[in-house]
Amino acid sequence: MSAIELRGVVKRFGEITAVDGLDLEVPRGICLGLLGPNGAGKSTTMRMLTGQAIADEGTIRVLGHELPREAKVARGQMGVVPQLDNPDVDVTVEDNLAVFARLYRVPDVGEAVERALAIARLTDRRRDAVDKLSGGMRRRLLLARGLVHRPPLVLLDEPTVGLDPQIRAELWSLIDGLRKEGSTILMSTHYIEEAERLADEVAVMARGRVIARGKPSELIAEHAGRETAEVYGPPAQLAEVRARAEAAGLAVRPAGPAVAIVGAERASDGVVPENAVRRAASLEDVFVLLTGEEAE
Amino acid sequence: MNGREIGAGRLEWAAIAGVMSREVANFRTFWKAVTFSSVLEPVIYLLAFGLGLGATIVDRVNGLEYVEFVGTGMVATAVIFSSALPAMFGTFVKERFQRTYDAILAAPVDVEELVTAEMLWIGVRAGFYGCFPLLVTLLFGLDPKPAMLLVPFFGFITALGFAAFGITMAATVSKIDHFNYVTTLVVTPLFLVAGTFFPIDGLPEGLQVAAQFNPLHHLVELVRGSAFGFETVDLLRVLGLAVFSAAMWRLAVRRMERRLID
Repeated sequence: MSAIELRGVVKRFGEITAVDGLDLEVPRGICLGLLGPNGAGKSTTMRMLTGQAIADEGTIRVLGHELPREAKVARGQMGVVPQLDNPDVDVTVEDNLAVFARLYRVPDVGEAVERALAIARLTDRRRDAVDKLSGGMRRRLLLARGLVHRPPLVLLDEPTVGLDPQIRAELWSLIDGLRKEGSTILMSTHYIEEAERLADEVAVMARGRVIARGKPSELIAEHAGRETAEVYGPPAQLAEVRARAEAAGLAVRPAGPAVAIVGAERASDGVVPENAVRRAASLEDVFVLLTGEEAE
Repeated sequence: MNGREIGAGRLEWAAIAGVMSREVANFRTFWKAVTFSSVLEPVIYLLAFGLGLGATIVDRVNGLEYVEFVGTGMVATAVIFSSALPAMFGTFVKERFQRTYDAILAAPVDVEELVTAEMLWIGVRAGFYGCFPLLVTLLFGLDPKPAMLLVPFFGFITALGFAAFGITMAATVSKIDHFNYVTTLVVTPLFLVAGTFFPIDGLPEGLQVAAQFNPLHHLVELVRGSAFGFETVDLLRVLGLAVFSAAMWRLAVRRMERRLID
């Protein structure tokens, strides 16, 4: 049995269809990265998994529980790390954790708080009010809050959005630790590097549905080939390069000041200029090709 | 997970207690300010109305010293201001700005439990702080009576209803500024036409009838009953307050479900 199963899920907000016939299955014990641009429907999907949004159509099962009927029971077995920074800022670190240990009906609140403090590496700041913590510490606290009851399933909604690279790396190491312990993780993100670094499998989401899914290496091989050639130059020259590559049946995407010819290993002579910078194809190439959005 | 069993679709005390423990944790950070104003405000009111107005214009009302009349009535004022207003502003801030409810509802807590916990906590607080005007009035010469021990309970059941009213308003308005309409059009008239500062029977007949639908008026009468003797009708007043709170509770749950669940 999968940890998460969504079948034909639709969620509308008035005229807008945020999730449009979503099918998604997350096997137990893996970290699945839900990768998509802003507005792809990732956060709505996360809210439906916690019962905070109700699907208009389709079925959702989480850890064998049918939602929304059994959402409360399912929530008891999952940990949620929100995108928004929402701890109680005037309250101490340990009291924030203790409240959630109680909400999750943990029998030994003291032990659970100690363990969560250790996970977040905040034991020495336990009696500080949250507003005295740095941004990175606050994010670690939110992660620990979601893990205070040792959930078998963890939902991470854009866990590192808006954080600087050093803090992001810290959180990645914590999430990586979870993955190695065998927790099932569903992580929504629009950071390619995050998905590449942490996810066993990636589901690319756009316009409310999954448009591609697989291991990062499989997705790259299937959609981007082996090699990408980046060409730098004045706009007129880049337009020429683009036209030539597209005429040869190759996918081309913007890459900052350059254009990137994806699947460059298949290009016949003269399509890729000699001064192009060749590199291994990446998940970013796949993401941009599939979603039409610039990657972050 | 090694937690206790969680029931689907049941109102669970563990969830309610968990949400209340969050309120207690937060309250520990600001209880001094609340207590300060709860003690000082009735003192100021009693000095202004009781001693000022009472000494110069009104001596006795319905056979009572004016300071005792106002002091007992002010329990109701304290209850509405420590229930409806914190519920309105607190709920709105937690829902809209702090996103606290997003975090709580991601745990095994449903909206009904969340609303119930918020109401109970505000009810307990308002029941407690509602007694302060009575305590201050005792210092101003009111005779203590055993029946006054019921005042926290009267304050509690009334505050439950007004907490639910505040939560309902918070789940209804789209901007925090809209609470000005609520305080001006609902809260202020309710506390002015409760019989706190002047007796209801001196009002025009229409307002006297309207006052019978004002829960605060019945709270005022119950508090005065505890100080000067109950009447049989006071049982009906308690029942009426319980019905008011129960009805507001269901309304608050419904409005919050609409607000919090997409």
